[in-house]
Amino acid sequence: MVNINDILETVNMIKQENLDIRTITMGISLFDCISDDQKRLETKIYDKITKSAENLVSTADHLETKYGIPIINKRVSVTPISLIGANADKDGYVRLAQVLERAADQVGINFIGGYGALVQKGMTKGAANLIDSIPEALATTNKVCSSINVASTKAGINMDAVARMGEIMKQTAYLTRDKDSIGCAKLVVFANIPEDNPFMAGAIHGMGESDTVINVGVSGPGVVASAIKREGFCDFSQLADVIKKTAFKITRVGQLIAYEASKKLNTPYGIIDLSLAPTPAVGDSVARILENMGLERCGTHGTTAALAMLNDAVKKGGVMASSHVGGLSGAFIPVSEDAGMIEAAEMGALSIEKLEAMTAVCSVGLDMIAVPGDTSASTLSGIIADEIAIGVINNKTTAVRLIPVHGKGVGESVEFGGLLGHAPIMKLSEYSSEEFIKRGGRIPAPIHSLRN
Amino acid sequence: MKAVVTVIGKDSVGIIADVSMECAKHKVNIVDITQSVLQDYFAMIMLVEIDKMETNFSNFQGELSKLGEEKGLDIRVMHEDIFNSMHRI
Repeated sequence: MVNINDILETVNMIKQENLDIRTITMGISLFDCISDDQKRLETKIYDKITKSAENLVSTADHLETKYGIPIINKRVSVTPISLIGANADKDGYVRLAQVLERAADQVGINFIGGYGALVQKGMTKGAANLIDSIPEALATTNKVCSSINVASTKAGINMDAVARMGEIMKQTAYLTRDKDSIGCAKLVVFANIPEDNPFMAGAIHGMGESDTVINVGVSGPGVVASAIKREGFCDFSQLADVIKKTAFKITRVGQLIAYEASKKLNTPYGIIDLSLAPTPAVGDSVARILENMGLERCGTHGTTAALAMLNDAVKKGGVMASSHVGGLSGAFIPVSEDAGMIEAAEMGALSIEKLEAMTAVCSVGLDMIAVPGDTSASTLSGIIADEIAIGVINNKTTAVRLIPVHGKGVGESVEFGGLLGHAPIMKLSEYSSEEFIKRGGRIPAPIHSLRN
Repeated sequence: MKAVVTVIGKDSVGIIADVSMECAKHKVNIVDITQSVLQDYFAMIMLVEIDKMETNFSNFQGELSKLGEEKGLDIRVMHEDIFNSMHRI
């Protein structure tokens, strides 16, 4: 029998430190749904999703009971819709988003991702139509998430797409203005998008994936924060060791659930995403981990170094615990979803400039940041361009999920509720990026993209 | 199939008896039992065999958890593999 202390440690992680499986995401390929007839396309998409994911929620519930660990989200990701509905016009795409919503409702999942396009080098007519449809699609659905890949290390940055996405964010914010522009919480702009990420809003089912696949995202910032606190004062070598050991344990649970879910659903197991994903709940915060390392507030000098070490140690611990690691794998720093980040932002300890620096060393990017509603589209595009450049040059994934909250300004705050949390509106630079964004075209791929 | 029953809370008379009775009622066989008391804080771990259990897993879990609520204890039933995965390589 396992040692009594080990058993109590596990129970304590779940009971006190918010350990959970953040998501079981089923990736579903929609390539076999392609049709030149819109009606037929819609029927085939609906049927494919509802049939493939029929037992997803009941299986997750079963595993939750069997192992006594909460499984928070059940989700589906699909092939980027611009590839499936390439013939559709703007209205046709909006209808496809509504089909995704209906399918998501039918199978009882929390979110469905993949309403997106890959435009890192150029934009097909279908991709342009899909991008045009995003504001209406997100305003008329609740569960559909959209992600657009505007750059890659191999292709460079499609600045036309960056410029367009600034405008799309503004329109999405306006169309969902009665709900604090929440549509923008379901829209992410990526560089180097991973094709097997189980987390929203950026999950897609990539082109090189099998017909269906199970990806699992673990979590557990509270567990890491407590482990660091328990260890007390120690040097960084020891600190890294504590984080690694904790990440190993967390990931093993994810691996078990992924393996079991894959077996029960008769669907291949894809990857475990080793991410520390916070929630607004007290004790489930990445910022608190950094603060437990000795920073007075998340955002002060030293934060980037602390986050870099955390991110690296999580990967090193997790990678041995799982047979396949993928997705985003790293610490998330979504401002509105992290109680410690919210607090730091509210008291002025954490600025958007510091957040940008932090994204150079962690997974994802500028995430769930509320900005003034009167921010111009070109300023939003400027922020996107900066963040995307960090990803392209450093050969990593970065992303932008900003909420320009319609009608609100600096000093006010916004309440999204649930896992999306709340956030103060952050201050941006007052100076214009308009002439820069207007140039259009492509920023060439960096020299280190030429690896062959 | 084996499951681990954990009982955590304030110590009182008859905790083991109550939990054991619940197990016997459903033909759940107790394989191993260990407990420790730190000051007033009580922790008991039972390894049980549930192959011949005469109810389903979530019912058994529900009844024990109800018993826990009545006695002011946190009682959980979890499949042993979660502990094996986490603590054994």
